[in-house]
Amino acid sequence: MSVNLRNVALFAAMALALLMTGMFQSWSLALTILNMSLISAVMALGVNIQWGYAGLFNVGVMGFTAFGGLAAVLVAMPPTEGAWAAGGPRVILGLALGAASILAAIAVWQRLPRGKLRVAALIAVLVAGYVITRMVFAPAADAISQVNPATQGFLGGLGLPVILSWPVGALFAGGLAWVVGKVALGLRSDYLAIATLGISEIVIAVLKFESWMSRGVNNVSGIPRALPRPVEWQGYDWVQSLAVTLGFTTNQMASIVEKLGYAILFAIVLGLLIWLSEKALNAPWGRMMRAIRDNETAARAMGKDVTRRHLMVFVLGSGVCGLAGAMMVSLDGQMTPGSYEPLRYTFLIWVMVIVGGSGNNWGAVLGGFIIWFLWVQAEPAGRWLMDNLTAGMADDSALRTHLLTQAAHMRLIMMGLALLLMLRFAPRGLIPER
Amino acid sequence: MDPVSAFILLSNFVVIPALAYGSQLALGALGITLIYGILRFSHFAHGDIMAFGTAVVILTTWALQGFGISFGVLPTALLALPVGIVATILYLLAADRTVYRFYRKVRAKPMILVMASLGVMFVTNGLTRLLIGPGQQRFDDGTRFVFSVRDFREWTGLSEGLALRSSQFLTLIVALVAMALLFWFLNRTRGGKSMRAYSDNEDLALLSGINPERVVVITWAIAGTLMVLAGTLYGLDKSFRPFTYFQLLLPFFAAAILGGLGNPLGAIVGAYVVAFSEMGITYAWRRFFEHLLPESWAPDGMLQILPVDYKFAVTFAILVLVLIFRPTGIFRGKSV
Amino acid sequence: MADPFLIGEAMTGGYGGADILHACTIAVNKGEIAVIVGPNGAGKSTAMKAVFGMLKLREGHVRLAGEDITALTPQARVAKGMGFVPQNNNIFPSMSVEENLQMGAFIRTDDFSGTMEQVYDLFPILREKRRQAAGELSGGQRQQVAVGRALMTKPSVLMLDEPTAGVSPIVMDELFDRIIEVARTGISILMVEQNARQALEIADKGYVLVQGQNRFTDTGQALLADPEVRKSFLGG
Repeated sequence: MSVNLRNVALFAAMALALLMTGMFQSWSLALTILNMSLISAVMALGVNIQWGYAGLFNVGVMGFTAFGGLAAVLVAMPPTEGAWAAGGPRVILGLALGAASILAAIAVWQRLPRGKLRVAALIAVLVAGYVITRMVFAPAADAISQVNPATQGFLGGLGLPVILSWPVGALFAGGLAWVVGKVALGLRSDYLAIATLGISEIVIAVLKFESWMSRGVNNVSGIPRALPRPVEWQGYDWVQSLAVTLGFTTNQMASIVEKLGYAILFAIVLGLLIWLSEKALNAPWGRMMRAIRDNETAARAMGKDVTRRHLMVFVLGSGVCGLAGAMMVSLDGQMTPGSYEPLRYTFLIWVMVIVGGSGNNWGAVLGGFIIWFLWVQAEPAGRWLMDNLTAGMADDSALRTHLLTQAAHMRLIMMGLALLLMLRFAPRGLIPER
Repeated sequence: MDPVSAFILLSNFVVIPALAYGSQLALGALGITLIYGILRFSHFAHGDIMAFGTAVVILTTWALQGFGISFGVLPTALLALPVGIVATILYLLAADRTVYRFYRKVRAKPMILVMASLGVMFVTNGLTRLLIGPGQQRFDDGTRFVFSVRDFREWTGLSEGLALRSSQFLTLIVALVAMALLFWFLNRTRGGKSMRAYSDNEDLALLSGINPERVVVITWAIAGTLMVLAGTLYGLDKSFRPFTYFQLLLPFFAAAILGGLGNPLGAIVGAYVVAFSEMGITYAWRRFFEHLLPESWAPDGMLQILPVDYKFAVTFAILVLVLIFRPTGIFRGKSV
Repeated sequence: MADPFLIGEAMTGGYGGADILHACTIAVNKGEIAVIVGPNGAGKSTAMKAVFGMLKLREGHVRLAGEDITALTPQARVAKGMGFVPQNNNIFPSMSVEENLQMGAFIRTDDFSGTMEQVYDLFPILREKRRQAAGELSGGQRQQVAVGRALMTKPSVLMLDEPTAGVSPIVMDELFDRIIEVARTGISILMVEQNARQALEIADKGYVLVQGQNRFTDTGQALLADPEVRKSFLGG
């Protein structure tokens, strides 16, 4: 009981911090933090499923998140007029040919007997597959990029409601995880870490470079919203009257209502995920996973196919990260491949899980909230700290200006210290595993 | 048909750059593999600590330049190297004392140590940015070329040109000397042998009276030196940017795994394989084949297998192939 | 009777949990061979590890040449002149034979080339293969490297944990011959053996342990002749 009270108190403190932000800074900021906290919590849940349940070390969260985000573009953007005609089917055919040549290569490797012939055949299949794929694919991709390049130059999407992209994003990320897991699971545990690190860099490179798909570094903006925009909310009478009652301008009120709306949507998703995770964790499946995590050799000896189970957990966890990625892109209304960096999208999530409590879903959620809050608030706090620390220096002191401009980086140090201190002194996190 | 031109072209755009890049990777991958062999975890802070050490070198270089000190035809950064190396070694030892030693004592799982190295990575990342900012820095001075394309054309009278930049030449020399010294140390000295013994069989090393803490200190010192060398040479050759250095982690690991984790010779071979693959696969081979083939066969396309943006994909593909076909690496590494 | 050269007296203890040894006594005289035999799980290896300080004793003492060394770490015991050859992982596989021997002499600050020559004389095959990686040698040769490594500190006592585990009978005989030779140079030998009959044949003293307690203690020959020992432990 006391533990439960403690957990409730921790969440209450978190809510209080957000309320204080609303009262002393602005409600809009508080809600922005809340929304990203909810998304972060979903990502942390995904990582927790992998690390907390199964001890899998995924340092490619960024890649799975970004890949899930791509789903928002492909599902919700209206199809680009003329782009499909210019090269749509050919691009798809090209991708299919690429996949087919890889499958053919695998088949060759598995079917043929060992020896030089097999190697030669493998190389021949790969080279031929590459050449054919390239011949079909490259001109089509170019043709698409030529369609109205200033604002479009990509295939666009299916024009479906953006919410649909959330499960699709999960599927995207899960599918990618299946491929990565097939290769890297069942080997030494560090190998998965390095493989995921690699795949995440590649996903970002693909998003940046394959402009026919994602417009690359030109970004996709104007992704259809899940909820009406603030301008539309302003038209509602109840928004206007609420603004008067609460003492906001209509503008502010509309923006708050919009953000609240997203908060509710995200909270529903998060709640659903927690419910499912808790169910799974306490079901025989969850107990088996933890048994495998705690003693892999024993589990193997009992006849459990550990690698298969790991693959399943890895796919599930990555899928949740992809879901979060799609949610994030639909909240932002844009896809900006250049903004994905591993510190923010991979390693920060890890800090959330470790600080919150690995193996505990509520812990991961709490970690997501706290760390995101600190991450946002550390920037002004760091600047304020530096300002005071250097107050004795002359205003035009080079060192002072340098320190002030770089103060934002203080939060990296802070996050690192949080991770190290928790790992050392409270390795089970704020809300430990039961 | 003009094979000489083809050869010179290839040397200029693939062989020399790949040798330089491969040497820089080798220095980093050696650090990864040594740390893995002795401390038995994958050191994820490697790229960022390399950035930290290089930042110290750059700041020292600027200070030296501010005092009007230069190193003649050689880059001033070489004079600043010792400062960077000492700072990095002290930093690594401090990290070991405050972070890693505890987990070693309690014999924590390797994954926990990896996690701790993520924390160190974060802190180092912030420190480096506080020191020098996240932006790109150039700090090369001295002569730019050992010989330039024009020099080469004048000497040889050939149509294709070949240049050797000082930074590339310097990289090759420094890396060669560093590797030779490292192998001399590992194979010929008491300290080096105790490191190999500890990596081979920890318990027996303890029994033989080898002091583990000493071995650990030597390992960090060597890894730190190699990191700063790699970072400075890479920065002179290309440019310095903290994030780029973080991203080097992937080719470092790919090289070390390819060569067999814990195997220094393997790390070097792996580094050159990664470098040559990256360069070869992202190079546009059209002109090379124009020189080699009769005119009527001249290719239409660029003959570039993958765009440069996908150089990570090349590294990753190598990694995947190793993981599928030979997880212990070409030379057998430790399989923990 | 004078105190034996090395004695673990009334040792009681285990690895944290329940005691494995119960007032167990093991001793060896100067230049003699003492062998510990007994059924599986009798605590043979544990008794030897206790003598070497690899397990904490709750009761009892270990004395070497009259000096109480109960509180010393294994490393400190090596410095005092005890050599130990573990059963598994007893070589540095990627290092050459010669480097293995050098590592054995790591704590020595004097010139150890003479000792290395003695080891090579004792195991001529090692001289032949001294540049080869120890991990590439055959099982019997690896055991020779392991024993050679332990001899490099010029120990006064050599402790061997099942030196013949996993080697062929011919190699086993040869190893035993070498061990007798080592003992003739004045080094006391304490060893745990699975092959009880052959080991007792070369033993000056034999200890039969059962469940962490001394069951029979006598000269090797007397134990071999004892009908009860033969029946229970030597298979008739």
